[in-house]
Parts: sequence; structure tokens; C-alpha cells
Amino acid sequence: MSQVELQHISKRFPTVTALQDVSFSFQHGEFFVLLGPTGAGKTTTLRIVAGLLRQDEGSILLDGQPIDSRTPAERDVAFVFQQYSLYPTMTVYDNLAFPLRSPLRRTPEPQIKVKVEEAAEKLRITHLLKRRTAQLSGGEMQRVAIGRAIVRDPRLFLMDEPLSNLDAKLREALRVELKHLQKTQGSTTLFVTHDQIEALTMADRIAVLNEGRIVQLGTPDDIYDRPATTFVAQLVGTPRINLMPAARKEGTVLVKNSGLSVPAPRMALPESFLLGIRPEDVRPEAKGRFAGRVSLTEPLGVETILHLSLGELALLSLVPGMAPQRVGEEIRFDIVQEKLHFFGTDNRRIAAEGH
Amino acid sequence: MSRFEERGPRFPVAHPTRVDKVHPRARAARRVVAFVALLVTIIMLLPVLIMGITAFKTRGDVMVSPPKVLFKPSIEGFVYLFTERAVANAARLEVLEKEALEGKISLFDRIALASGQEITGPSSYVFRLLNSVIIAGISTVCSVVLGLFAAYAFSRFKVPGKDDLMFFILSTRMLPAVVVTIPLFLMYRQLGLHDRHLGMIILYTVFNLSFSVWLLKGFIDEIPKEYEEAALVDGYTRLQAFFRIVLPQAVTGIAATTVFCLIFAWNEYAFSLMLTSQRARTAPVSIATMMGRGGIEWTAIAAGSLGFLIPVVIVTFALRKYLLRGITFGAIRG
Amino acid sequence: MATIELKKVEKRFGEAYAVKPLDLTIRDGEFVALLGPSGCGKTTTLRMISGLEAVTGGKILLNGTDVTWKHPSERDLAFVFQFYALYSHLSVRQNIAFPLQAQGMKSAAIQKRLQEVVDILRIGHLLRARPGKLAGGDQQRVALARALVRRPAAFLMDEPLGALDAELRESMRAEIKNLHIAQHATTVYVTHDQVEAMAMGDRIVVMSSAEVQQVGTPVEVYYNPANLFVARFIGSPGMNLVSGRLSGGAVQLPGKNRYAVPAAWNKALAEGLGGQEEVVLGFRPEAARVARDGALAGEVYASDMHGAYTVLHVNINENEIVHIRGDRQESYAIGTSVRFDLDPQMVRFFNPRTEEAVRQEAAR
Repeated sequence: MSQVELQHISKRFPTVTALQDVSFSFQHGEFFVLLGPTGAGKTTTLRIVAGLLRQDEGSILLDGQPIDSRTPAERDVAFVFQQYSLYPTMTVYDNLAFPLRSPLRRTPEPQIKVKVEEAAEKLRITHLLKRRTAQLSGGEMQRVAIGRAIVRDPRLFLMDEPLSNLDAKLREALRVELKHLQKTQGSTTLFVTHDQIEALTMADRIAVLNEGRIVQLGTPDDIYDRPATTFVAQLVGTPRINLMPAARKEGTVLVKNSGLSVPAPRMALPESFLLGIRPEDVRPEAKGRFAGRVSLTEPLGVETILHLSLGELALLSLVPGMAPQRVGEEIRFDIVQEKLHFFGTDNRRIAAEGH
Repeated sequence: MSRFEERGPRFPVAHPTRVDKVHPRARAARRVVAFVALLVTIIMLLPVLIMGITAFKTRGDVMVSPPKVLFKPSIEGFVYLFTERAVANAARLEVLEKEALEGKISLFDRIALASGQEITGPSSYVFRLLNSVIIAGISTVCSVVLGLFAAYAFSRFKVPGKDDLMFFILSTRMLPAVVVTIPLFLMYRQLGLHDRHLGMIILYTVFNLSFSVWLLKGFIDEIPKEYEEAALVDGYTRLQAFFRIVLPQAVTGIAATTVFCLIFAWNEYAFSLMLTSQRARTAPVSIATMMGRGGIEWTAIAAGSLGFLIPVVIVTFALRKYLLRGITFGAIRG
Repeated sequence: MATIELKKVEKRFGEAYAVKPLDLTIRDGEFVALLGPSGCGKTTTLRMISGLEAVTGGKILLNGTDVTWKHPSERDLAFVFQFYALYSHLSVRQNIAFPLQAQGMKSAAIQKRLQEVVDILRIGHLLRARPGKLAGGDQQRVALARALVRRPAAFLMDEPLGALDAELRESMRAEIKNLHIAQHATTVYVTHDQVEAMAMGDRIVVMSSAEVQQVGTPVEVYYNPANLFVARFIGSPGMNLVSGRLSGGAVQLPGKNRYAVPAAWNKALAEGLGGQEEVVLGFRPEAARVARDGALAGEVYASDMHGAYTVLHVNINENEIVHIRGDRQESYAIGTSVRFDLDPQMVRFFNPRTEEAVRQEAAR
């Protein structure tokens, strides 16, 4: 297992620049996630690291050695695709054995058997070994795909949205398992996804990618508590953060056309800026300072999302349990001051001293 | 718990399930349509059926008008097809008849005897048939194999001018074969390829290549390239990935292409007529010009055509399993 | 708008059931979600309502009229597909106008309807574009517009948000729900995502293995799941279900854990379990709280940060994992021992043999 470094990677396609000066590194044993919307360049980055695509500029180092001239096979990485990862004409056993039977490895059959059975054991698919892949369910197929990566014991795991095509419930289950597997095996993993829940729950560190650039790099806590731009703030967190234009007037922060105002924090704020409030920081309170109307309720069981409207402003509030409010009701609420986010008109975070 | 495991599509059905299609009235209507379709098929196949019957008639029965539906079957046609005969003089006829009575001569000889002839040896038909097998067979294999590699390259690699090249390849099929026969004749004469097996094989291969590349590219395009990429990452070379992964999944396409190329090469007439004479002549030309002592030997032609049909039918039948697109790819259901 | 009734509707393929006989009444203006894992029969049910699949038994009534054998085009239902099914060779405007043209409406009337719908969905700026060039969310709006423009008796939606990115799904979810409220449109919505079903449904039909597991409002289905499947399927993560043995007023759980049964449940358990000792204890992740002197114990298997809250996965005995939800606390390393308590108001019990819930009148 090893340290991986990407230095100033750029990649241009005829119609679009996929990656612009992308640099990051991660350590042995780390679960590193590339998060971004479709088309951000995450899969392109992954394929460049794997060697399936050649970058236009920049280089990739594995343990300090540049590997740009190595073929995919020579890089000793394992790739798990989003789909089409299993060979339909072979059994599960043969699929798992396939990487070991490659001419590069020349593993003897008895050893192959041992490794395949080990991997099957870890992913709880031992009962499926004799089946043909066409008979497997989606979740089982992805387990086999992951098994095929594990079986090789590579230096680096590359995963391209492996859970996206699965049912929500399966995704949950496999997420926990994957994370546990990675932590107990200590495998260095580069994982790509557009799902921020996957990123937050699985990552040791996250790199947020948008339109070919890295927008922020940090731990899940960093990304969630201190988003560097409005893009990151809106990308991470369900429901989405409330973002609204605001102005500073003497010691108060005012949100236009809504009657919302909070005392200004101790930091240098420009005249107009963007205010971000996470829905869980909007708390309905019988004696709350602010008033609004409920326009929609989304009861999720463990919590309820309330869509509030104040004047022209639409605000989301996240409330634990089943909220009693109904559509059309008037409601009073408070805002948690300490958790406010401030962004300049350039969409970058305005930090208080010490943040 | 078993109820939590999701299951993929468990009910692949071949028949339609929409409301208006399942209704008993619709079902009855479909049966009527099927019956009519069967009738029409039989009518369309009538020429083939007639040809088959003719192969077993005697010369005399063929010429009768109105044509005989019920007749005494005979393998006269086959005898004329496979043998060379000479008219036997009276003395020879006597000898042969005596031998016939003693049961010393074969069925074929007896039939020839009935029309006053004696078998002098095998006809050139067998030889021509063999030519057909060799030329069509080898050219089909060549065009499929070359087409496969070219199709893979067009499908997977960044070939400069790919679209133009593909169109160019298709364009070779756009002109009627006859238009190029004269230039080819002259060219072949110069190169010494006239009336040679090699010449015909090269020609058929080239003509089939366009079709083969286009058809196979379509099939290979449908195989997701992630499969080969996974193999590359695992340590296989592209060629190995091609053989182990792409080929097994392209079997349907290869089977279909083989059948089509074979049919073209097997039935090809124009080039064979113009560019061969004795050595490399194929069966179709041979059959068409079958002349006997009494003029056109219809029974022999019918027999020859029937025999000529059979190998292609056998090959297609043998490949039928691969021609059916029942193979599901391992895509994950969302 | 319309009432849709399904009476003993079933779909069989030979001996196997794709949908077992199902009874369901969808009221006028109601938003009903058909929820379940892949292959449970929800999409087949929707397709039977639309007529794209013929039923092999039962009747379908639309506003009291039997439409079981009516052609799909005669049922006045609009279908919205997961992959939009937009005509790529037509512009957005032509796509939306298409169903009305097919019905033979006059051009002026079509224009009027089109403008209405385009305003509601805010896609006026896309009218000239080709669907292939649009982003997923916009394509789905066009598909919705195409359905809306027909003013059908009801809308049938087959996982319409499945192909969208996670954040887009959230906003489109609210849009569809707002649309539903504004139009008072009877809607049948198929999804495998229980968050969608809970957020949008007036009632949820939970299905699995071709059978209906429970029909109820989000509250009912969340707080009083009818069986183990519904308990596990609803909620993210689902309800923790731990098998144990009843003895002396407590449940003997794996890993030396003993849970004292709340008094309110004793009678219900005695009746509901019919004297057997095996029982399944259920509690939702938010019903458990890590406490130093908690009644139950285990080892940390994994710990996730979910933004506003954390989920702790605790191994109570040989890979039996329970999930505990809490505020953003310090994360625990894998292997740490933890103790936790359960909220007595929120525990549930199930009969492991029948897999059904033990009912208790006093339950919330």
C-alpha cells in the first residue's frame, strides 16, 4: 500500500476541458473520495490514475515514483466500475480468478483457489461461486466486482461510483460493509461519487471537484462545517443549505424581503454578501423570533423537512421526528447563530478570525 | 432475510403482454394472421419445392404439359449430374444388358442404360462443387477474421478519418459487381490470377469485407469497453483481452456475419462466370450450363441446385443457436 | 381527477406470481407511493394500471368504470418514465404538444395548454431545444410537462427521479410534490427509495416478493411497521431488529445483553407470541442513545458522519450490527466498547415465526 500524488493534472477533450490543474495526494491506508456532480471530471481523473487515459499535463507519483509511462497492468491498481464489470460468459469463481490468471501474474491454480475463497469469504459470496453472473442480483454483482479487485491485493483500489446503480437500501448496506472492509484491510482507496452521503460517511478525506477543478480538499467535517464556496456548501448536506443574499447594516445582518435579521458576527463583512443557514439550524420554536408559513412538509420518519416561506424567501428547516405542522400553517422559529455561513459575492467563504 | 434481497427480472417473456394484445380477440386475430403468413410462405417457397420435385423426375416427366404432380420418382437427374455418359453402340448395349440381368452393374449404370448410354466417368460437377466449397469457405473465413480485427480497431481505437474510411468501405458494395468485371478480367489476366482459386478467394474476401466490417463493428460497439479495460488493469494485453473477453461476447455477431458472407460467396455467379474457365469454376455456373445430349438437362439442373442448397442450409442450421440474441449482458438493474 | 380501484389484481407467469392478488383504492387527489426493492412487483402493478401489462386476474376501475381491458390510450392516464422517453428528433415544444396533437386538438387550444404547463414547470426558455441536449432535471421537467398537458385523470410515475444526481433528486422531489398539491392530481408513484416515498406519499404501499406488506401513511408505516420487512425497509438505516428469548420479563439478546421489557408490553407480548419464547426486538436508530451505564453493550464496527448527525454501527455479537443515531459527537474508533440505552416508547416487538409485529394498543 502506498502514497499517491497527483501533480497539476490537466486533460482536454476536443469539446471540453475535463481537468484543469488538479493536484492532491493521499496516504497509505486512506479512503480518499472525489466528490462532484456528473461531468465534473471525477471519472476522468480516476481513469488517468489507472492508466486508461493519458493526461495532457502533470504527473502521477506512486510512492514518490512517477508512473505516467506505465501501462495499466504495470501500475498494480484494481478498478471497480459502475457497471459492466463482470464477464457474463464466466462463472463467479472464474470472474474472481480472472485477474490472478493474467499472464503478468502467473499464479498457480491451488493458490488461486485459496485467494478466491478468501475474497469470497470477506464479501459473503461463497455460496455464489458456482453461479453464472447472469443469475445474480445487482447487489451480488457488485460484491463480486469488489471481490475481483480484492483478490489481487493491489497497491491501490480505484472505484468509479460502484454503488450508484444499486437500490437505495442495498447502497446503505454495501456502504457500511465497504467501509468496514477498507478499514480492516487498510487498503488505500480512491473512490469517486456524486452522492454526498457516500462521501461524508465513507471518506477519510474528500476532494470536491467541479468543472475540472478542485474546489475544496479536507475531512468530511471540514467540508461540512467550513465549506470553502457556495458550491461546496450546496453540494454537501441533506437537505440543501439555505442560501440567500444578505446585507450588513450597522450591527445587523438583514435578508432582503423577508424580515429575517440576525446580529452581525464579529468579522469583517462586505456590504452585501451571501448568508448560508443549514436546515438543521432553523429550529421551529413556539416563541421563536421569526415567523413564516409552511408551504410543504416532507415527513421522513426520523426527521421532517419543512419548507417555510417568509415573504419572498423560501427556507428549509430540518426537524427531528414527525413535525406536527401542516401545510399552510403559520410557524415561529429561531436560527442558531453560531452556525451561520457567510460567503462573499465571489461565492467564497468569509471566515471569522481563527476559522 | 430473503424478502430483502432484490431480484432481477425474473419473467422474460417472448409474447406481448399489453392489454390489447392479450385479449382473446387479439389472440384469435394473431392465429389467423399466422395461418395466412404460413400460406404465403408456402406459396413463396413453391419454386424451391418444384425444383426439389423436378430433381426426382425422369426426363420425360419434366417435359410433359400440364406438369405431372404424381409421378414415379427416379434418380435420373442425379445420374446425369454426377456422370459423363457416352452413347453406346448396339454391340456394347447388348453386353451391358446382359450384365444388367445378371445383376452385375450398379444402379447408376442401369439408369444410363435405360436411355441408351454408358457411363464413362465422373462429371466435372463434383470437381466444381469442391471448388465452391474451397473458395467460398476460405474467403468467408478470411473476410470474417479480417473484418473482426478491423471492426475492433474501428470500434475501440481513435482511427484518423474513421468516418470517412467506414463510408469508403461501405461504398465498395454500392456498385453492381458486373460493372467491374471487365477491368478485373484484364487485371487478373495480367497478374496470372485468372481462373485460379487464389484469385477468386481474394476477390470474394475483398467484396465481403465491407459487409463484414460494418456488421461486426455494430456488434462490437454493443460490448461495453469496460470489460476490456478491467482486463487491461488486471494485467492482460489488449490482444488477450480481445480473445478472452470480446470474442465470446461477439459470438452472435460472428455467426451472423459468417452466414451472410458464406451465402454471398457460395451463390456468386457473375464473377465466377467471367473470371474462371476450367480450373477454378464454381458450381453455380456449372449447374446453369449443364448441357446434355438432349439439350438442357432439366433434371440434372434441378438435382444440382438441390444439392447446392444443402450445405448452406446445414451451416445456418448448425449456427442457429448463436444467431439468436438471447444473451444478456451483465448490466446491473437500478 | 379520479379514483383508482384495484380489486384482486394479480399478474402471473405460469405458476409464478409477479404480483399476488392485490386490493387497493386510491382516492381522488391522493398521492400513493408504491415502494419496494427491485423485482417486488411495484412496476408491474403500475403497468397493469396503465394497460401496458395485461392482468391475469382481478379488475381495475377508474372512477367506477371497469377499464381492465381498455387500451392504454383510452384510460386517460399519463405515464412518466424513469428515462424520460422523450422524442429525441422533436423539439421540446413539439414533444409537449405531441399528445394533444394525437388527440386531434386544434392548434390554438394546444398553444394555450402548452403555455400553461410551460409556466408551471418553468421551462419556457427550453422550448426550442432538443431533449438530448438538456440536463437530466430539465428533461424530467419536459416529461412531466408532456404528462401534465393532457390533464389526465391520474398520473402514473415510474421512478422518475432514479436517473438524476442525488442533489437534483431532492429539489425535483419537492417540485413534483408541489405540482401534485397545486393540481390536486391523483398520482401513483413507484420508487425503491423509501425517502422519496415517505416525503411525498399521502399513503405508502410497501411491497416485497410480489406481495403487499403494508399500506399506510408515512407515520403509520414508520412508527408501527406491520412486519419485519417494513421495519427494516423504511428508515435510513432501517429499524434494528435483534432476535432474542423472552425470559422473566426481559429479552435475552445476543452477546450477554439483557433488555428489560417495558411494563406496557408484557400483556401484548404474552398474547401476541402465543406462548413462544423467541421474539425479535426492534428499535429505530434514533431510539438508542449511547450512555456510559447503558443497558446494552457492544463494539464499534464503523462510525459515519452524515453532516447533521452521526450513525454509529455497533457490533453486539459476532457481526450482528445495530445502528445508533446521534448528534455530532466524537467519533469512536473501530473496536471501542460502548454501552447504550433504548427509549421505551419507541421499542417494538415482532414474532419471528410469522415475521409480524406484536400489536400494542398503547403504542404511539
